[in-house]
Amino acid sequence: MNNIFTIENLIVRRGGVKVLDINELKVHESRILALIGPNGAGKSTLLLTMAGLLKPDQGKMHYKGRPVESSAERSRMRRSVCVVFQEPLLLSTSVYKNVALGLKFRGMSKNDIQKNVGDALSYFGISSLANRSAKTLSGGESKRVSLARAFALKPHLILLDEAFNSLDPPTRESLIDDLRHILEETKITAVLALHDREETLRLAQDVTVMSEGRLIQTGATAQIFNQPQSEFVANFVGTETILEGTVQNIRSGLMEVLVSGKVIEAAGAAPLGQKVFCCIRPENIVVSREAPENTSARNIYEARIQKIVRQAFFYKLVLDCGFPVVAYLTVSSCEDLGFCEGAAVFASFKATAVHVMRREK
Amino acid sequence: MDLIVQGVIKAFQLIISFDPEVMGITWLSLKISGTATFISLFFGVSVGTAVALNNFPGKRLVISIINTGMGLPPVVVGLFVTIMIWRSGPLGFLEILYTPYAMIIAQAIIATPIVMGISLASIQNLPPNLRLQILSLGASRMQMIWVLIKESRLPLLAAVMAGFGGVISEVGASIMVGGNIKGYSRVLTTATVMETGKGNFDIAIALGIILLILAFLVNLLLTQIQQRQHPR
Repeated sequence: MNNIFTIENLIVRRGGVKVLDINELKVHESRILALIGPNGAGKSTLLLTMAGLLKPDQGKMHYKGRPVESSAERSRMRRSVCVVFQEPLLLSTSVYKNVALGLKFRGMSKNDIQKNVGDALSYFGISSLANRSAKTLSGGESKRVSLARAFALKPHLILLDEAFNSLDPPTRESLIDDLRHILEETKITAVLALHDREETLRLAQDVTVMSEGRLIQTGATAQIFNQPQSEFVANFVGTETILEGTVQNIRSGLMEVLVSGKVIEAAGAAPLGQKVFCCIRPENIVVSREAPENTSARNIYEARIQKIVRQAFFYKLVLDCGFPVVAYLTVSSCEDLGFCEGAAVFASFKATAVHVMRREK
Repeated sequence: MDLIVQGVIKAFQLIISFDPEVMGITWLSLKISGTATFISLFFGVSVGTAVALNNFPGKRLVISIINTGMGLPPVVVGLFVTIMIWRSGPLGFLEILYTPYAMIIAQAIIATPIVMGISLASIQNLPPNLRLQILSLGASRMQMIWVLIKESRLPLLAAVMAGFGGVISEVGASIMVGGNIKGYSRVLTTATVMETGKGNFDIAIALGIILLILAFLVNLLLTQIQQRQHPR
């Protein structure tokens, strides 16, 4: 995998305070990397630094194999790296002129501008807004215009800061889907600052968890969510079981998802062959000594208890059903049934307890 | 009562008949105040933008001085300009005292801080990330500044209105440095003062009405531009 952007021993101070302290970060070409972490973790600062808008106090950055040190190199890099801020920041002119802005800076001819703007607008499904005044748009429309403005430049690396903040759920949903398709199609490398786990799961191929200016854990998305290396990451990504799978059959409101050779039945519908994430909350898993009979739970698996961890008011059980599953049990049910590590049990959950998220590629 | 009625009737006669003297005074007023506003626009916007976009020690002090300048008493400006261009003053060699040029200078000094203060505030009021966003879209520094100025065009138009409105209705500085010379440096305000002093209320009322209409027309024009550029 080629790295389009690498960072080594980067330090950024603001007002004497160290806001960014990064040992190493590699951004793989044509992949989508999510920076996740709480507010104030330094995600936006990192994006600004990568965009060449903020001069680091210390450290090395390489863009496309060339070091970024002088301000001339930073300006050169700015021509093919574009950041999109949280707020749309549109100019009070027409949508068309807003999207054409960056192309105009590059001195592009009128015809080329027209073509590029047209493409960018249709990518984001906002061709009909071209002549509207940008200040009369809704939140979702403004967001699309600001994204189209960046994509019109055909950047090689795009940095999106909290792209879906303050959008209502349906608007957010459709924008996530569209953005995923566009990134897939254009093969533009993207770094997204996010703080929502669902957005991360749906968009990112790689994830970096940030806290207080540092990178805590970096890896492929499923790995980060299933094998958090620290308490902090675990708390941030949640304890939900997340399973990668493929939809292999659909019938009457149910889909069968193939996960590590086993079939999970989930409520809902998705195209055949669609790659998905199945998310199951630990409180929805029922653990029993014998196989449950006459139950409405459609998913029943033989399992082995790998680990039992005492939490404040309950036990956390890590089960191996051929795929890993985390279950929460109250102290009394766990002790009454005499569960111990290594015991053979049955894990069951309803098809409606499986939350299926579509995944790119 | 008769005085006012007679005055108003006479005033309208003067205006409708395009009385050459009244028209000459009006035209000169427009020329002088228009030029002064134009000059103030140039200095006001450039300095205002520079102060807004750069961080330097003493920035707050500079902003306070500019804001104080927005309320500069015209008489003080008149006094200052008169001293400067007085025959034995530092700029006396220019020999422009009691000329329209002196009036333009004085009016430009009055209007500049108004334009500067408003443009400074309007550039500062733009979202802080807008600058970075424009740069990230590939703008050079000059392109970025130009976009910011264009983006603040509405408050800048307000600055033009405020500046022009301030100087066309100003009398103190104009009379001090212009001298109210008939056909040369006599403008609407100085003429109104003089005619009122002489008891020629009809002419004074006519000049006053013209001044009001002028102020109204200029603002109407600017408001039209403003509304057209900002469709709702």
